[in-house]
Amino acid sequence: MKSPLALEPLFHVGPLAVTSPVVASWGVIAFLGGLSALATRRLDLLPSKTQATLELLVSTIDAQICETMQRDPAPFRALIGSIFLFTLVSNWSSLAPGVEPPTAHIETDAAMALIVFVSTIAWGVRIRGLRGYLATFAEPTWVMIPLNIVEQFTRTFSLIVRLFGNVMSGVFIIGIIMALAGLLVPIPLMALDLLTGAIQAYIFAVLATVFIASAVGGRPEPPGDASPEGATK
Amino acid sequence: MNDLIQAVSIFSAAIAVGFGAIGPGLGEGRAVAAAMEAIARQPEAAGTISRTLFVGLAMIETMAIYCLVVALLVLFANPFIR
Repeated sequence: MKSPLALEPLFHVGPLAVTSPVVASWGVIAFLGGLSALATRRLDLLPSKTQATLELLVSTIDAQICETMQRDPAPFRALIGSIFLFTLVSNWSSLAPGVEPPTAHIETDAAMALIVFVSTIAWGVRIRGLRGYLATFAEPTWVMIPLNIVEQFTRTFSLIVRLFGNVMSGVFIIGIIMALAGLLVPIPLMALDLLTGAIQAYIFAVLATVFIASAVGGRPEPPGDASPEGATK
Repeated sequence: MNDLIQAVSIFSAAIAVGFGAIGPGLGEGRAVAAAMEAIARQPEAAGTISRTLFVGLAMIETMAIYCLVVALLVLFANPFIR
C-alpha cells in the first residue's frame, strides 16, 4: 500500500522536483483567481446575481472575523478569506476526477500553518509594537513565559496535523474501501468527506483568526471605526 | 527480527487508534451534550454557542488525529524497520 507520507515527483523543472500536490494547489489557485477575475470584471452599484453572491460571501466572512476578533475586519479580510477559500476548494478538489486534495499532504498544510504563524507575529508586532507584543508572553505572570513560547509552536503544529489528518484519513479510507468493495460503494463516505472538508476549512480559518486576535489583543471597538493602529501608540 | 518488529508495529498501530479514539469520543459527546442543553435554554445564543462548539470539537478531535498520525508513522515511517 502506498504511504500517505511519501511523495514521488511528477516531473522535474531543472533541479526542482515538482510533485502532484504542488500542481494541484497551483490548479486551485488558478481556479480561484480566474473565477474572481471573471466575476469581478463588471462591478455595478446595482449588483447582478453573481455580484450579490460574492458580496454575500465577503460579508459573511467579515461578520465571522468581526465576531471572533471584536475589531474592524478590513485588515484581516484578505488573509483569513483567502485561507478559508483556498482550504475549502482544496478539500473539495477531490470532486474533480483524478485530483487528490493538496491538503491531504502534510507539506501544503505546513506551508499554510507557517503563513498563519508568521502573520500572527507580524500583526502582533505591527499593532502592539515590539515591546508590547513581547510583553504578552509574560501574561498573566512571568512564570508562564516558557509555556507561552512553547504554545506558539505546538499550536502551529496541531494546526498542521489537524488539517492533514482529517483530509488524509478521508482520502485513505476511500482508497481502502475502493480496494475492498469496488465502484459506487464509497460514495456515502465521499459525501461525508465533503462535510469534513468544509468544517475543517472553517476551523482552520477560525483558528487563524483566534491566533491573530490573541496576538493583537481584543480591545472592543465598534466595526467601521477609525484605524485600529491609532489607539496603541 | 524485522518480521517481529513489523508484526508488533501493526498491532500497536491498531491499539493506538482504538484506544486513542475512546477519550476524544467521550469528550466530544460531553461537549455536544452541554452545547445542546445550552441552546435549549438560550436559543438566541445558538450562533455563538455552535461556533465555539465547532472550534472546541476540533481541539478535542486533534487528540484522535494525533493517534492516527502516530499509527501512520509506526506503519509507514517506522525508524526501526530497515
